[in-house]
Amino acid sequence: MLLPVLPSLLGGCAALNHGFMAAAGPVAAQQRELFFIVAAVLAFVIGPVLMLVPVIAWHYRIANKEDAYRPNWNFSWTLEGFIWIPPALIVIGLATLLWVYTKRLDPYRPLPGADPLEVQVIASDWKWLFVYPSSGIASIDRLTIPVGRPVRLTITSTTVMQSLMIPRLTGQIYAMAGMRTHLNLEASLPGVFPGANMQYNGNGFPRQSFAVVAVDPARFQHWMTGSARTAPKFGPSVRSLLAGRARVTTAPIYSHVPVGFFASVIAANGGVGHEAANGSGR
Amino acid sequence: MSRSVHVGLTLGEEGGPHHQQAESDLFGFWVFLMSDALVFALMFATYGAMLVGTAGGPGPRDLFELKPTLIETALLLASSFTWGMASISLKYGDGKPGLLAWMGTTLLLGMCFLFMEANDFATMFAKGAFPARSGFLSAFFGLVPLHGLHVLAGCIWILVMAVQVILIGTDDRTKTNLLRLGLFWHFLDVIWIAVFSVVFLGGLTR
Amino acid sequence: MSGAVLPAVLGRFEWIDLPFVRAWENPTISEIIGAGAGALVVVGALAVAGLLTITGRWRWLWTEWLTSLDHKKIGIMYVVLAFVMLSRALIEAVLMRMQQAIAIGHPGFLTNDHFAQLFSTHGSIMIFFMAMPFLTGLMNYVVPLQIGARDVAFPWANSIGLALTAAGAGLMMASLVIGQFSTGGWSGYPPYTGLAFSPDVGPDYWIWAVSIGSLGSTIAGINIACTIYKLRCPGMTFMRLPMFCWTSLCTSILMIFAMPPLTVATALLALDRYLGFHFFTNDLGGNVMNFANLFWLFGHPEVYIVILPAFGVYSEVVSTFSTKLLYGYTSLVIATMTIAVLSFTVWVHHFFTMGQSANINAAFGIATMAIGVPTGVKIYDWIWTMFRGEVRFTVPMLYSLAFMTTFVIGGVTGIVLAIPPLDYVFHNTLFLVAHFHNMLIPGTLYGMLAAYNYWFPKAFGFRLDERWGRRAFTCWVVGFYLAFMPLYVLGASGMARRTAEIFEPDFRPWLYVACGGAFILLAALGSLSVQLWVSVRDRDETRVTAGDPWDGRTLEWSTAAPPPEYNFAVLPTVTRRDEFYEGKRDGNPYSPPVRYDRIEVPRGSILGPAIGLAAMSCGFGLVWHMWWLAGLGLTGAAAAIIARSFVRRTDRIISPGEIEAIERRWLTAVHEHRPISRELERTRANHGVAEAMPT
Repeated sequence: MLLPVLPSLLGGCAALNHGFMAAAGPVAAQQRELFFIVAAVLAFVIGPVLMLVPVIAWHYRIANKEDAYRPNWNFSWTLEGFIWIPPALIVIGLATLLWVYTKRLDPYRPLPGADPLEVQVIASDWKWLFVYPSSGIASIDRLTIPVGRPVRLTITSTTVMQSLMIPRLTGQIYAMAGMRTHLNLEASLPGVFPGANMQYNGNGFPRQSFAVVAVDPARFQHWMTGSARTAPKFGPSVRSLLAGRARVTTAPIYSHVPVGFFASVIAANGGVGHEAANGSGR
Repeated sequence: MSRSVHVGLTLGEEGGPHHQQAESDLFGFWVFLMSDALVFALMFATYGAMLVGTAGGPGPRDLFELKPTLIETALLLASSFTWGMASISLKYGDGKPGLLAWMGTTLLLGMCFLFMEANDFATMFAKGAFPARSGFLSAFFGLVPLHGLHVLAGCIWILVMAVQVILIGTDDRTKTNLLRLGLFWHFLDVIWIAVFSVVFLGGLTR
Repeated sequence: MSGAVLPAVLGRFEWIDLPFVRAWENPTISEIIGAGAGALVVVGALAVAGLLTITGRWRWLWTEWLTSLDHKKIGIMYVVLAFVMLSRALIEAVLMRMQQAIAIGHPGFLTNDHFAQLFSTHGSIMIFFMAMPFLTGLMNYVVPLQIGARDVAFPWANSIGLALTAAGAGLMMASLVIGQFSTGGWSGYPPYTGLAFSPDVGPDYWIWAVSIGSLGSTIAGINIACTIYKLRCPGMTFMRLPMFCWTSLCTSILMIFAMPPLTVATALLALDRYLGFHFFTNDLGGNVMNFANLFWLFGHPEVYIVILPAFGVYSEVVSTFSTKLLYGYTSLVIATMTIAVLSFTVWVHHFFTMGQSANINAAFGIATMAIGVPTGVKIYDWIWTMFRGEVRFTVPMLYSLAFMTTFVIGGVTGIVLAIPPLDYVFHNTLFLVAHFHNMLIPGTLYGMLAAYNYWFPKAFGFRLDERWGRRAFTCWVVGFYLAFMPLYVLGASGMARRTAEIFEPDFRPWLYVACGGAFILLAALGSLSVQLWVSVRDRDETRVTAGDPWDGRTLEWSTAAPPPEYNFAVLPTVTRRDEFYEGKRDGNPYSPPVRYDRIEVPRGSILGPAIGLAAMSCGFGLVWHMWWLAGLGLTGAAAAIIARSFVRRTDRIISPGEIEAIERRWLTAVHEHRPISRELERTRANHGVAEAMPT
């Protein structure tokens, strides 16, 4: 059983640097913390089984003549107590943990801190459009955000169901046509973090990744105002680019995105602007 | 081994092997009906979820009319009654003509129901309310014709059973089949009550 | 080459729909593999037909097997189908693992489209045409014998269920030869699988194969449930049922209530695709989220359908090969029923990321974790069954031990996934893939293989080769660990599932190990084939005609191997649990009855094959828009059912004289062989008569 471990010895642990284990923001950091707590608890769940099975099977093997053989022993109230109660208690404990963390890490819950940056995300085949309504700029396959400031994504799709995920910063949420979903995140340190689509949507799926670029707030402000001034205007060519079923290999930026563009995309894809919620009405 | 006896079985000596077989057959048919009931339940749930999906097209208020629906309900209820009479005829061994007459009446009432329902749908189509128009209409036309198709299957079944009664008579296998058909027919009546209440009455009173 | 060929007859078929034409016009490795697979299907079918013709076995196949209503034959045919489909789906998995190992910063040898079809067929086949037939075949074979019955409640329906399953599998195989399969995964989410985004035949193949198969499963569920409710022999109260029958009962109830949501989901998608309805379209009021709800209302109970029979097998195997009473029978019954009920309350955990409120997600998460408790109870009950027993490491027992240790790992990763904030990180990554394979392979597959090795001697009268059985076992276990443990790491690193190309070199070592594991799993499949071949070759040395090779506890071991068509000459009367086992210790279970009566058994019927052919024709016709064929199939099925209802003589009589002769032959075999101790059960001395172990 050494074999599965070998890759990590050969430097395979580097793989984990791409996911939430290398958390770069408060949401992912809390998810990682939760994972370790749960893993520690679950070690007590599998530990007894992994020990008891080989020990009991080997000790009571037929070749062993020293063991007791009680062919009709099949019940013990004490043992029943141990079999039902501790696991139930563990589940109750984990359930409490689950409740607390689920509310805390609700993707729709705004992060603490003032003035979240609003970004609208439109998923299409096979690229992502990120729109900054406050400044009217939009970029394809690149999400630039300021370090240390909460970001609120509002997400929709123009085609099929997709799933926006940024493993080092936050989890994921589906993007669905005619509906809007939300994802709250924040980067605690500058860097480039991978993002991807997790819901298969055709030939371009493996390449539908994007980069989240976190820069310090001053530089971010500079970038935003600069782009709003100098970037090419958002026009019909961009709309046809979005509608086409192809990747975009550069990461262009546009300015003067029309106000209400996002809402128009939702309406055009069958939505009436309602939130994506199974009856929770929020 | 189960000692319970299914009410209404009239297959010769109680507790004999054919009686047991029939009990097993009827029980199996009940279980099948439960799975069918689940299909309908999910269609009702889908319908409920898609009431909002009228996409600017006609909605329940624009389309549903109470009078034909009431007549259709009366037809189905009457057909359940006539099938009940057929069951009694079978139980008391009244002879083929009586049995066939009640079966025939049930079939006739069922066909009238289907004819009226087809007419309703044609009326809706004429108003531009066809399934491809909107999600709401898709859900409506998924649910109500599903019931209609079941009724059609039931009518074909009555015809086949009538042929069997004429050609073979009422032996054990025919009797068991007639009992199952009865269960099916009454089940469809119950589903129609739900359709009538949830879809038509519900739609008109929203 | 494109353009319809004779559309009135052949619907939307075009020459380019043949993989051979595609490979001719565009000879890439990907296309050649596709053409090769199609060629294999055609050659395989011709080879089987050729063999049957040369050996003159067509009549035998027809009268002895295809038209048989005997639950034992139907059970065996289900399992044979499962093994064939397992071979195909496993090879598909190896291809995918190879692609992912090679395609790191490189396009690999499979196109994205081909890869997508592979993961869709792999999942669909493994669930619907491998696991379901395997466990259905098992339940069909074993349950009537264990409850002391002659057959299932509705033998004619049993045949139809098998035929429908085979028809669905047939459509899966047809998609290799004509057209292509869906690229939407085994779950087939619209709007991707809707007309707007996938107008090709792929999703239609998926819809009809799965719908027809699911109808077969619903029928099987009704049959097994009614059998257990109505056909138990005298004295067999519910609390005296073998554990396998309890799990079969719960599985059947799940099948009855879980298959309808799938039928509805695929039917509504079909209405969208064929008649322009708007159930799941983006526009005009469609609601895509409804599909997820409908599909997983089926999908979650489905995974319990595939695991509960395996749990039943483990109960039988662990008890038998620990030479001890099953620990905690009542607890196991309660745990099984709890799992069955709870399985309907957790479906939302398959789409925590679809935007529900935290309250809804949390509630379903807690319900999901709750199922861990009864499952844990079962594992501990099996451990305490071994305690103070005499454990024999036969192949079925080895699978059970590997299951107990490996399955719990999958169980706890399931608890991780049950927590919504963690699911947001792991959903649709390879972590999820690792988790469910960690449940399905050590859980379902090991259970089925244990059952195969355990009941094979009963079904065919000779034992399977132990040595190759152990080799296969080793390959399955080592292969599983190597192929799937790396996926947990990759999923935690953010690698998505269903991805044909990888752009992160750090993932390379893990993907290489996983690919190596896949090759070992292929070797496991090969070992199983060799095991069967060697066993058949050496069958004279491993015959166990007397019928009790393992010192069995339940009623099926009290019959000959193979059992006669009528199972029991006289229906047994039961006064306690494990009646046969106790009977060997305090009485003589092999005493012949006072007298033999005639027995009625079902006659063979063309109904099953007719409906299977009709269903497959209807499905194929619908896929290709050959409306005449679809109509013919539907009418044919209806006609077959109506015709059957006119048949009066559905049974045939076996005379007391015949029965006596069969029973005497068997009892002679019982008495002429020395009962053997458990230490000798894997040797040639084992002729199927057991000696009680000294306590």
